[in-house]
Order: sequence, then structure tokens, then C-alpha cells
Amino acid sequence: MPSLVRKLVGLVGFLLLWEAASRSGLVSPKSVPPASEVLARFVGLFADRKFLVDVVSTVLSWAIALGCAVVLAVLLGLVLGSVPVLRAIAMPIVEFLRPLPAVALIPLVISLLGTDAQTKIVLAAFAAAWPTLMNTIYALGEVDPQLADTARSFRVGRARTFLTVTLPSISPFVLTGVRISASIALIAVVGTEFLAGGSVGLGQYAYVWGTSGGRMDVVLAAAVFAGVFGCLVNAGFSLVQRKWVSWGPEGATA
Amino acid sequence: MLDVSGLGHTYGSGDKAHTAVGEVSFTVEPGELVCIVGPSGCGKSTLLRCVAGLLEPSKGSVSLHGNAVSGVPDDLAVVFQDYSRSLLPWRTVAGNVEFPLRDRGLSKAQRRDRVAEALSWVGLSKAAGKHPWQLSGGMQQRVCIARALAYRPALMLMDEPFASVDAQTRADLEDLVLKVREEADMTVLLVTHDIDESVYLADRVLVLSGSPSTVVETLKVDLPGPRDQITTRGSETFVRLRTEVAQLIRH
Repeated sequence: MPSLVRKLVGLVGFLLLWEAASRSGLVSPKSVPPASEVLARFVGLFADRKFLVDVVSTVLSWAIALGCAVVLAVLLGLVLGSVPVLRAIAMPIVEFLRPLPAVALIPLVISLLGTDAQTKIVLAAFAAAWPTLMNTIYALGEVDPQLADTARSFRVGRARTFLTVTLPSISPFVLTGVRISASIALIAVVGTEFLAGGSVGLGQYAYVWGTSGGRMDVVLAAAVFAGVFGCLVNAGFSLVQRKWVSWGPEGATA
Repeated sequence: MLDVSGLGHTYGSGDKAHTAVGEVSFTVEPGELVCIVGPSGCGKSTLLRCVAGLLEPSKGSVSLHGNAVSGVPDDLAVVFQDYSRSLLPWRTVAGNVEFPLRDRGLSKAQRRDRVAEALSWVGLSKAAGKHPWQLSGGMQQRVCIARALAYRPALMLMDEPFASVDAQTRADLEDLVLKVREEADMTVLLVTHDIDESVYLADRVLVLSGSPSTVVETLKVDLPGPRDQITTRGSETFVRLRTEVAQLIRH
């Protein structure tokens, strides 16, 4: 697998540069501890009960947020994508809300919902819904009219055409949206944990170790954990996409 | 069986109005293979979409078995030119052929039999489990033809069905249509811009004028069957008819 080797070369090279920069004093080892120390810390994290509790909180919140975001975004996308009048009415609102940074809404949501997990779930769901929503709307416009004509010419009913023609047609686009949503939801959950204070979670773990102890090795180890988790999620979605919603020769689908 | 009278269609309105089909009347009798031939852009596809009920004509009427057609009739199947876009890429060949049979009140076994029969007519029994992208263009169009045959329509409409395949495949598909039409006892209305193809396939050729189109002439093709790509196309009658059609279209 030469492509895997090439990817590893990049990663190992990066770690070596990091190690050298920190050891040589090019960057302050206090701010950026050497890669080897961070990786050792990373392994040590799994023995830290507090860390594991935080991880469970973060992952659960992420999963709930992503689930809510996807269900709402797909349903709303199907409605807006199918009814041009509603789309015309809703699009200006969508275009206004979409670029709003979720973290800017933290004070608002805290005042409404308090500082428990619901705050980060709501904020992450808000932030994550957009790519799935946009892709669903876009995909509906891209359904081949010839396929629709074919179904119509055989008098296939509307409900069955929707289930057997429209849904499979849009699923690759929708899943691509979900994949992007998954990354955004993770960023939003950890970001909210970090900024909202008084909460549990990976972000709060990093915040506490970073501000009270100045332990950058722990902060970076937690960041590595979040990165690895994000990569695994992304790889999982890629696998699902390749296995379930790719038709045609390898790499020929959207 | 099919009775089209005074059919015309105009796209748009006002200054932008474009009359694709002027006024077209013709009939198709049971068991017939009728070809509609005309110059490019003469509204052939529009005419076919109106007959198929996919498009509401601006004027005139279509009736099938004596019943006026509004919407897509129950007893009709269409084979489009663009085969790759009319097959469901996520379904197998057999799954695509079976697709329109679900709503027809057939048992699972009946559906399976029909799919097997239609695939054997078009010579694709071995490809039943493949996906469309694994097949050549000509084979994909054969899947579309099998799908239409399995539906058992009274009338099969074909819209430039061989315009997107190479010459050899085209000849093979033409012979396939002649063969399955015998075996399945099918009535076919086929639209083409290819004069030779229309004469080779048809019992009757309707020659359309340029847009807005009208029927210029109806020619009976008295070529003996079974037709053959080499001897039929070399025969005197064939050459006379194709010249006649060409002159009508040029005119």
C-alpha cells in the first residue's frame, strides 16, 4: 500500500520537525512540548478517569447534536428542495443564519438553557445542520429529470418514485453533507465546552489543564485525541459512502 | 389502436412562443411498427412526449384503444434515447427491469418470470446480476428495451433509441427490435432522424416536415420479412423508398 506509506511519511516528518523545533529551543518547550512527551501524555490520558468521563460527555453530546442536526436538516432540506415557494421564502433566513458563528451564541443559549450539556448540544446542532441542509436542497435540484420521466412513463406512483428514485439519487450528496456536519459538530461541542465554563467535556479538560497548570503537554494530548477521533469519524463515513452509496466504477460518484 | 388527431404543441407564449409541432394526425394499428422520421429539430421528440402523456399537447387529441389519453396511459412504455440516464444506477439489470412491475399487482414469482423472459428476449440473461455501469451502451439500451417489454404495454414508444450507440451496435439493436417485436407481438411507434433506419424497420413511415411539423407523407414499406441488414438494404425497393423519404425531407 504505497499511498499509506506516503501518508505516514508526511505524518512522521511532521512529528520529527515538531520534536526538533521544541528540543532545539526554536519554539519554547513550555508552550510547545516535544512531540514525544505529548504522545506519552496521550497514552497516559487513557488511565485518567476524569479524562474518560469528559470524553464520554463530549462524544455523547456530539452524537446527539449530529443526530438532531441531520434529522432536522434532511427533513427541512427535502421540504425546501421540493417546494420552490417555501425555498424562496426561507433562503434569505438561511443565508443570514448560516454564517453566524455558533460560539457567538453561547451567552444567549446559556441564558436560555443554562450551562449543562443541552447548551453545547443545541449550539453544535445549530452549527452542524447547514452543510447537510444545503446539500439536501442542492441534491434535489440535481435529480435527473430523465429518471423522473422514466418513472412517470411507467406510472410509478409519487410515493414510490420518491423512495426508489429520489432518495437514492440524493443520498451521496446528503451523506457528503453529513460528513462535513460531523466535523463541525465536534468542533462546536469542544469549542463550547472550552468557552462556556463550568461544564464537563474534552474542551473543559483542556481548558482546566491549560489555564490552571500551564500543562501544554496535556492540552496538546487532548487535542491529539480530538483530532484522532475526528479522523476516525471521517474515515467511517467514507467507508459507509463507498460501501452503500457509490454506484459506478471506483471514484466515479459524487 | 393509437389515434392521434390534430395534435400540436407550442412552447411558451407571446413573443417567445415556439411551435414545435404544427398539426399532426396519424393512426397506428395493432401489431404495426410505425416510424416517424423528420429533420433535426422538427419536434419529433415533443410529439412522442405528447403521445406518451408526459407532455400536455397545446391542441389536438390522442386516444388509445378508443379512449382519450390524459396523463400517462396505463398501457404504454417508453424507451428513451439516453439509456444511461433512464436506468437506476444503484439497481442491477434485473432490478431495473423489475422496477416498473411493482405497481402492477403481480406476485413475486410472476415478476421474476417476466424479468427472466424479457432479459432472454434481448439476450441479457447472463447479465441479470450486473449493474448498468458494467455494461456497454448498447447493452444498457437493451436493458431499457427489456424493461419496456416486461411491462407488456400495448404500445411501445421509442424516442431515437439508437442515436447514442455506434454503427455496428445500432444495426444489432435494429434487428433486436424486429425480433422481439415478433416474439412479444408488440406494437411499436419509433421516432428517428435516420432515413435508412426508418425504412429498414417500419411497416409504415410517417415523414414529418420541418418545425412546425406536419405529416408530409405516409409511406407503406412493402419490404418482405425477415429483414436483413445486407440483403434488405441492398434491395431495389429499399433504395427506392429511402430515396423517396430523403426527397420528401429535403423538400
